[in-house]
Amino acid sequence: MTTRLTEIWVGVFVAAGMAALFMLAMKVSNLSTYNEGEGYIVTARFEDISGLKERSPVTMAGVRIGRVKAISFDNDSLQAVVTMRIETRHNALPKDTSASIYTAGLLGEKYVGLEPGGDDKSLKQGDVVKLTQDSLVLEKLIGQFVTKMLDNDSDGKK
Amino acid sequence: MLSWLQLLGQKAIDFFQRLGRGHLLFIAILSGIPELLLRFRLVVQQVYSVGVLSLVIILVSGLFVGMVLGLQGYNTLVDFGAEESLGTVVALSLVRELGPVVTALLFAGRAGSALTAEIGLMKATEQLSAMEMMAVDPIRRVLSPRFLAGFISMPLLAAIFSAVGVLGGFLVGVSLLGVDEGAYWSQMQDKVDLHDDIYNGVIKSLVFGVVVTWISVFEGYDCIPTSEGVSRATTRTVVHSALVVLGLDFILTALMFGEV
Repeated sequence: MTTRLTEIWVGVFVAAGMAALFMLAMKVSNLSTYNEGEGYIVTARFEDISGLKERSPVTMAGVRIGRVKAISFDNDSLQAVVTMRIETRHNALPKDTSASIYTAGLLGEKYVGLEPGGDDKSLKQGDVVKLTQDSLVLEKLIGQFVTKMLDNDSDGKK
Repeated sequence: MLSWLQLLGQKAIDFFQRLGRGHLLFIAILSGIPELLLRFRLVVQQVYSVGVLSLVIILVSGLFVGMVLGLQGYNTLVDFGAEESLGTVVALSLVRELGPVVTALLFAGRAGSALTAEIGLMKATEQLSAMEMMAVDPIRRVLSPRFLAGFISMPLLAAIFSAVGVLGGFLVGVSLLGVDEGAYWSQMQDKVDLHDDIYNGVIKSLVFGVVVTWISVFEGYDCIPTSEGVSRATTRTVVHSALVVLGLDFILTALMFGEV
């Protein structure tokens, strides 16, 4: 009888452990929202992507429709090449869609925001998004602001 | 001067001999595992005493660690208006670090010391020698099942610890402090990666399970068969396990999350 009870308890323990692992996988991690494999690939070129990472979200109208698959550097044009995977069900994006890099919140993570154009044709596997706008780098903005201030000052003195 | 050198040499030789014995024992234990699959009942009994009996301490500590994380994380994050990230903070610290490490420390204190004391007493009361007299290999009959049980129990315990901790953080953060429930889960799911975080946490707990049970079993088997020797071996199990777990944790973290 005692061995039977022992075995039942071990069964409960193993089941609880499995359930905990399952909960971690489904409820805590991104497994439930993560479906790689389906989707088509679109690339875009940027002068500056600082802060964007692989697996960053790609959004349109604020809704996530894909993720950044890879980021590489083109030696010829000296630009960053961002490869994005867009989910298959969102296959009606106009061909002249433009891509910009935004920041979520003031200090949040970077993401790619797509804005639709007016073309009748839609983006296909392997297409390139031509219109791009780079990520705003805070240091550059402050730099520009300071030089402008200095210019204004020297103008005023004259 | 010479006697000082002799002492140093003696300590060094002792250390390396223990290390060598430990590894030989490890190999002997591993070679006893295949035949255990035929007599799995032995392992089940050990999983009961190593795993099931540790369940209460793991559940309670997991809950409280999660609740403290929720409270402290909230107090820090609310200054930045980022209390929605509480779920991420709680889940990542539990799954990556606290789950495996705290579980391993508790496991060493609760189950490891018991293993050492049990095996040490078996040796002191000459039960192990009696087994050898009957042509039963004590390593295969006594040590291997306990080792396998520790190896099985540790990741399960760590997973339970993390899961309960996440619920504890939820309890404090959402029910008590008023973080939005949807944000708690969705931010968590957004940032916690199945492969990078959860698998690596499980790998950590597997490694800790091997190391802690190995140390416990070895200290028990290698102890001086007196009551004082057993008590010393039990202390050593807890101290060495804690040191090795914390040291290994740094190395594993550097390998998994370092990107240096």
